[in-house]
Amino acid sequence: MTHLDGNAIAGVLEQLFGRDVTLASGRCTGCGAVREVGAIHVYRSAGIVARCPDCDTVLLRIVETRDRMWLDLRGFSSLQV
Amino acid sequence: MGIISRGFRGRGRGDDSGRLPPGQYVTDDFPVLSAGPTPHTPLDGWTFTVEGGAEPVRWTWEEFRALPTETVTKDIHCVTKWSKFDTDWEGVSVDTLLERVDHDRAYAVAFCDGGYTTNLPVEDLTGGKAWVAFAYDGEPLEPEHGGPARLLVPHLYFWKSAKWVRGLSLRDEDEPGFWETNGYHNYGDPWREQRYWGD
Amino acid sequence: MTETPRVRTLILDVDGWPGHRAGQHVDVRLTAEDGYQAERSYSLASAPEDPPALTVERLDDGEVSPYLVEEVVPGDRFELRGPVGGYFVWDADASPEPLLLVAGGSGIVPLMAMLRHRAAAGSTVPAKLLYSSRTYEDVIYRDELEQLDGRGDGLEIVHTLTRAQPPGWTGHAGRVDVDLLREVSFPTERNPRVFVCGPTSFVEAVAEGLVSLGHRPGRIRTERFGGT
Repeated sequence: MTHLDGNAIAGVLEQLFGRDVTLASGRCTGCGAVREVGAIHVYRSAGIVARCPDCDTVLLRIVETRDRMWLDLRGFSSLQV
Repeated sequence: MGIISRGFRGRGRGDDSGRLPPGQYVTDDFPVLSAGPTPHTPLDGWTFTVEGGAEPVRWTWEEFRALPTETVTKDIHCVTKWSKFDTDWEGVSVDTLLERVDHDRAYAVAFCDGGYTTNLPVEDLTGGKAWVAFAYDGEPLEPEHGGPARLLVPHLYFWKSAKWVRGLSLRDEDEPGFWETNGYHNYGDPWREQRYWGD
Repeated sequence: MTETPRVRTLILDVDGWPGHRAGQHVDVRLTAEDGYQAERSYSLASAPEDPPALTVERLDDGEVSPYLVEEVVPGDRFELRGPVGGYFVWDADASPEPLLLVAGGSGIVPLMAMLRHRAAAGSTVPAKLLYSSRTYEDVIYRDELEQLDGRGDGLEIVHTLTRAQPPGWTGHAGRVDVDLLREVSFPTERNPRVFVCGPTSFVEAVAEGLVSLGHRPGRIRTERFGGT
């Protein structure tokens, strides 16, 4: 299955953060690569999974329901917004 | 409920045969959903391992394919709301695999190429409820659907039927897997609509 | 409004529309009478200076696009989230560098918003569009692109048709490859901002091609379209 760019989940991220974070820079815990959230690789399965384009480390996971959302950002060792 | 869009009919349809769990829609497609890039493990490097027993038990692809197999037809239910009836699979029953392992563990974690994991009670993997499937609809399982082999546990939501499975890790304590640690229900019974934490 | 046999533009009337930037998209959600929901993202085709509009291509195996292209009539309603996506945006007054746009098929939509915005803002920033389509009939916004090309304001448009060319065709034929990219793109010393949009395989091939020509990856922004 192919992936999309991080920009494709701009809507759900903005809902979570209250602002556009596609231009935020994140550092991958797997390989240290720093890149804008808009450029990470996004997969849609049972939830949203985003991975580092360099090492495939899971950067974030999002599960959305009608009234709840779960977010795991542990793949980023830091996010500069 | 959102604004109804006049005339929109999705791919899914309802069904009143009693075969459709609550909140699901029937589809004739087989959507591909994946949490990452499709792994491509050459068969000569593929192994399936059961750990956590008295000692690890491992099969190479040839050894795995020499085990007795079963052909089953099952309905499958994805937590993203699509269900597909009468899907045909061929695989090795997990009972067949676990018979060869000396253990008394209650829980298992399935682990896969690409790092995906999912957890199940051993009881849900045994008694004819689960297979390691290598063929779908009479053909070898395609990589995008989990080939060369995936776990098949049709009585639970399909995120438990882990693609690209490479083994089971048996343990005394339950350890939530990839989705179970991020909002999805720890058990996942479609008939009780156990999609998310707290359901 | 019909653009091509498979493509239609829908002009939207949105309560409290906050305005958008060229390149942003919206998430559309459709709910059927039985409660079934489907969600897809569509790029805004309109310039920020104009009311919001979406251009949608009907995918043969699509679930949402056939509805939007064939079924929807004025007065129909659906839910939107957005506009979102600051990563894939071009603002005429914030970007003096040359602008290179590379579109595959319906990937032209967000890039058209950028070109419409550039024209509405009276910008003379040097800009080039390389647009790959299957056939002449599949070129979306064909007439408007010809008009924009003829304005003499520093925009150059190059078309390539990959499947069939009409008699007398003077544009390129065949897929976008490194040679065509080399011919069309600005020299890397001019440090252009690059936006690539279209199907995943197109976007990857173009991005790799541009990097191999020496363009810095950080200057290339991509938007891959998924299916359905």
